[in-house]
Amino acid sequence: MDKILLIIQREYITRVRKKSFIVMIFVVPALILAMGYILSLVGKNSQEISNEQTIKVVDQSTFFAGKFQNIKNLKFETSLKALATLKQEASNDENLSLLVIHKNYNAKDSVEIFSKKKPLIIVLNEVEKQINQIASARNLLVRHIDPIVLQSIKSDITLNSIEITQTGDNKTNIAANVIISISCAILIYLSLFIYGAQVMRGVIEEKTSRIIEVIISSVKPFQLMLGKIIGVGLVGLTQFSAWIILSIISIKIAGHTLATTPGTIFGALQVLQTIHFGPILFYFLFYFLSGYLLYSALFAAVGSAVDSETETQQFMFPITLPLLFTYLLAVSVLFQAPDSPLAVWLSIIPFTAPVAMMVRIPFDPPIWQIALSMSLMVIGFLFTTYVAARIYRVGVLMYGKKASYKELMKWFFYKE
Amino acid sequence: MLSIRNIVKQYAGHTALSGVSLEIESGQIFGLLGPNGAGKTSLIRIINQITAPDSGEVYFNGTKLNQQHIERIGYLPEERGLYKKMEIGEQMIYLARLKGLNRAEAIKRLKVWFAKLGMETWWKLKIEELSKGMQQKAQFVATVLHEPDLIILDEPFSGFDPVNAEIIKDEILALNKQGATILFSTHRMESVEELCHSIALLNLSQKILDGKVKDIRKSYRNSTYQIEYQGEKLYFDGNMPFTIIEENIGDEDSFKIKIKLNDGASANEVLQYLLPKTSVNLLQEVIPSMNEIFIEQVNLIR
Repeated sequence: MDKILLIIQREYITRVRKKSFIVMIFVVPALILAMGYILSLVGKNSQEISNEQTIKVVDQSTFFAGKFQNIKNLKFETSLKALATLKQEASNDENLSLLVIHKNYNAKDSVEIFSKKKPLIIVLNEVEKQINQIASARNLLVRHIDPIVLQSIKSDITLNSIEITQTGDNKTNIAANVIISISCAILIYLSLFIYGAQVMRGVIEEKTSRIIEVIISSVKPFQLMLGKIIGVGLVGLTQFSAWIILSIISIKIAGHTLATTPGTIFGALQVLQTIHFGPILFYFLFYFLSGYLLYSALFAAVGSAVDSETETQQFMFPITLPLLFTYLLAVSVLFQAPDSPLAVWLSIIPFTAPVAMMVRIPFDPPIWQIALSMSLMVIGFLFTTYVAARIYRVGVLMYGKKASYKELMKWFFYKE
Repeated sequence: MLSIRNIVKQYAGHTALSGVSLEIESGQIFGLLGPNGAGKTSLIRIINQITAPDSGEVYFNGTKLNQQHIERIGYLPEERGLYKKMEIGEQMIYLARLKGLNRAEAIKRLKVWFAKLGMETWWKLKIEELSKGMQQKAQFVATVLHEPDLIILDEPFSGFDPVNAEIIKDEILALNKQGATILFSTHRMESVEELCHSIALLNLSQKILDGKVKDIRKSYRNSTYQIEYQGEKLYFDGNMPFTIIEENIGDEDSFKIKIKLNDGASANEVLQYLLPKTSVNLLQEVIPSMNEIFIEQVNLIR
């Protein structure tokens, strides 16, 4: 037991001390923050016009003149000058556009806008909206319908979905659930690969540097394998904890600065605040850990069977297939039907459960399915660890032998 | 110290050891010899409990080999290797702690060893920053740092330049003097004669010869002598008590002959025959070297 602790310690410390690890801890939250900031800027920019613009309206129909309403940074002026002069003016001024409304405004292509640069979409939308309002009002008048009456019979309803639970009705936000569900799936998928591959690389390193023989003359191969798996797993947990803490801090700071200028990101943050992160975090950690234990044991066995990383491919394929398959389904179908038979089955089979169940968790799957999935995960990683250990103990001492599946089977059945 | 009894080890398709028994006495330097593929490494791995035999037992100081014994054994594998990216000091301490030493004690002993072998400045270096020879030195220290009772060295001198090989040889002898039993496997026969008290010769998964080096060489005596004489070249008439195997001209008017005694004859009779005829500088029995015995034995089986 002492020796496993020693091995865990070494595996953990050598990785945590690496510059790349420390850099990653800060880079990832910084990237997320930067992305959020850029998104918020884009959001802001698309809602406001940044510099003052003037639109000169040449109204040949006379129904529109003076009916445009100025908004922030966008001014409408009715002009009676000749079109050619106005065009000349507009070609010299970037912030000047020319709106020409022909006599028969209802006909096709009868309203045109001229400007030196391509006009902003928001400007176009605004102008279009106002023209249509004015035109509809005019059309209603022509048909003797009072626009005020029409206004009063228009409705504006958005659907508010509420889930019935034991603790009381719960406001849910489907979009937020989908975001959480997909990001959990991606995160689990990536981290299983990243840390599993680290275990595999560690095993190959020990084999190619030939230190393996020295180590296993001191400890049992199983102890070495387990120590390595746990050590690397702790590195993963450390990384996640650091990210979560840094993200919370940065969201707090970002929330503060964005609170004064409400935008999309702040809205998203508010939505996120309605979600119960506690259980999600718990399930995430459980499925990360159990999935990691399950897969890293297999990765360790693969590492033990080869002499270099380039040889790993033939063994990697069947290991990565179920994960990749579930991941692809997760981001395309599963989150849309989290209670479908496919989703239920995938979330119960240990090899696919970490990704599939994380997709379902935000949608509150039945408790018995979670319990079944979790117990099968535990049985699953105990099983893969047992199989992997039997292959590993023989594999690490084999050199120059091209390992095949048949060979691995033989190793599995070797006596001590 | 170590009693190996009837060890059988089979791998898929071939037998590595078929019923090998050995006795290694405490305080000895024991040489495990044999051509490549004879089963040396398999046997060493079994003693190190890296693998287990299919049948047969190993006893360590009278008790059946078990996990506790790991801390009493130091092992230098033929294929050397350390963590390339780890600092030497930390790495040596780690390896010693895996052998049951506590950290403080490991640091203390490491300082002594580093001073002794002129490695004080290496502490913070990474293995990949060292030359091959320096790595070997570090690995030797890692093997003996926990002061094992049994030190197993697989080809200990390979990879060392002559100066460092001499240093390591002296350290091995010093450790042996302090009471450590040393088992080393090699095919460098000079070092066997120089260092080993006893040997065992493995070939094709079987032990074909073992015993004290002195006894083995003696048993291979074949009444061959080397003679050097001075003066005129002798012409032999056929009445001498020996037959000539080889005749050479030595330097400064001397001649060398290699002879084999006739049945029943003794070295004294040779002298009696020669003394009236010439002046004898040297008469020495030629005892076959371990190298010759090795080659002869291995070829015999093949």
